[in-house]
Amino acid sequence: VISVAAHNSRFKQIWRKVVNAAMLTFTGMATILVVAPLIWILGYVIQAGLPAITPAFFTQLPTPVGVPGGGIVNALAGSLLTVGLGALIAAPVGILAGIYAATNPNTFFGLLLRFGTDVISGVPSIVMGIFAYALVVLPQRHFSAESAGIVLAFIMAPTIIRTTEEMVKLVPGSLREGSLALGAAEWRTSASVVLPAALNGVLTGVMLAVARAAGEAAPMLFTAFGNPFMNTDIRQPIATLPHTIFVYAIAPYDDWHAKAWGTALVLISLVFVLNSLARLIAWSRVRRLGSVIRN
Amino acid sequence: MIIQATASNPRTIFLSQLRSFWQHGDRLFRLLLGFAGLLTLLLVAAIGYELWQNSALSRETFGWNFIVTTEWDPALNRVFGALPFILGTLITSAIALLVAIPLGLGTAVFLAELSPGWLRQPLGFLVELLAAVPSVVYGLWGLFVYIPIFVRPLAEGLNHTLGFLSLFTGPVYGPSRLAAGLLLAIMVFPTITAVSRDVLLAIPNSQREAALALGSTHWETIWQVLIPYGLSGLLGAVILGLGRALGETVAVTMVIGNNLDLSASLLHPGYTMASIIANEFTEATYNLYLHALIEIGLILFVLTLLINLIARLLIWQVARRLSAEVRA
Repeated sequence: VISVAAHNSRFKQIWRKVVNAAMLTFTGMATILVVAPLIWILGYVIQAGLPAITPAFFTQLPTPVGVPGGGIVNALAGSLLTVGLGALIAAPVGILAGIYAATNPNTFFGLLLRFGTDVISGVPSIVMGIFAYALVVLPQRHFSAESAGIVLAFIMAPTIIRTTEEMVKLVPGSLREGSLALGAAEWRTSASVVLPAALNGVLTGVMLAVARAAGEAAPMLFTAFGNPFMNTDIRQPIATLPHTIFVYAIAPYDDWHAKAWGTALVLISLVFVLNSLARLIAWSRVRRLGSVIRN
Repeated sequence: MIIQATASNPRTIFLSQLRSFWQHGDRLFRLLLGFAGLLTLLLVAAIGYELWQNSALSRETFGWNFIVTTEWDPALNRVFGALPFILGTLITSAIALLVAIPLGLGTAVFLAELSPGWLRQPLGFLVELLAAVPSVVYGLWGLFVYIPIFVRPLAEGLNHTLGFLSLFTGPVYGPSRLAAGLLLAIMVFPTITAVSRDVLLAIPNSQREAALALGSTHWETIWQVLIPYGLSGLLGAVILGLGRALGETVAVTMVIGNNLDLSASLLHPGYTMASIIANEFTEATYNLYLHALIEIGLILFVLTLLINLIARLLIWQVARRLSAEVRA
């Protein structure tokens, strides 16, 4: 191609420049088109959601259709409970598995674990939901907050494992070697030298996982199931924020649509605050975090 | 040995033997780590097993015909076939990729090659925020904003100009396969953009410098050198995006209209594998019905597993060649 370019006619030279300019402009336009929906969505959620946000919105239970007032306190509590339960299960297992992946990078099992984690993160959340349904709901014969917590743990685990792995790998080898040379056992080194050094990063992973899990509506349909009343019993059905948005949005009442936008504003603020915080914590540590955060 | 021989107390001997057997707790620690890892890997197998077990009735009743049957009649004849849903998933994902590949790759090129340094970080942050928006919020926005303002006028335009094609026959509905595909496109932008940006950034600078030194324009460098160089990684990024589109549930359920429409028109409402599960799972009143829905979940699981396997292998391969940390 380039040798042809060397004895090009003047017309071809101009043509190449035109193509160059056109395509470079296209990439700029593409960037604008990709970012535009985000701004559109954010702007609209704020505009439509803000009127619904009152103190009562955070403290009251939902009211029947047509009755003014009412809030989403049951969904807030439910999301807190289910996501908290999920994090409680996923964090210990995920952090341990992440340390394993980081300390055994080139063994067969280590590679398999990294690969398996990547693959799990691609399993659709609705499939995870069916899995939790078969595992927990079917034997118990009723929907429950604990089944929701379990499915959210499955969804969180890959993010926590991968972030932990990346962060532990970033801890300088000299720290680890120094501790081992002083006679500390391997577990002692991991627990009191490596993990504290990587703690910020590990926390980032947990927060990103929580942010992702808090927005999952699909598996909630047949695990948490929803509940118009306040519930703190993990063996009973429970309302969650994303599921509330779904139910309100597909109902034919304007009143409920307004509440759906309000709930969406609450949820998106929560998710963005968690994401930004996680990134701020990690910012000083890793530039590469971008590669950890997705999925 | 000397220490053990001189220790008089048998209890001390036992403890020191125990310590050395467990290597001062390290063996236990490694077991614990390995167990956590194993638990994670078992998850994949367990998902497959549960879906297989709980779809037994449907698999035994319909066999392979399940995949090619277009009938879905839970009320009267109790006949189930997954073809309309499989096609719906493939059609909406295809629309999404058709839109997202040029725009997503274009953005990746801009972020990696052209953007000034000060703009790269904030733009990257915005793209990652796009990935963080919960899918139910996409659905809400799609249903009340995106469809009436953008998709419906577009659908009417397509119907007017290209209505003679069976793809664009009317009547025009708001919620439709087109709406689902165009919403999915937005949802897979971040995946495609971020992974392919990382692939492009991992390509050694010598490649760019050589191409420019030989007289290539900036675009020729990108199109003839960088893209072929990172091709398998870029392909991996696209396939990863496809995986996300295939499994997306709530947003699609909200905008696709949920109708067992067998026409080829993109402007009609349809169904996908994920959206039929979301819609009817809690309404499945007898076991065969439930098992048929779980079998659709099984098909979806196998499909996304394969897609992800291919994507990861492609991306890993490019990462190893560039000896860079590109993961998705």
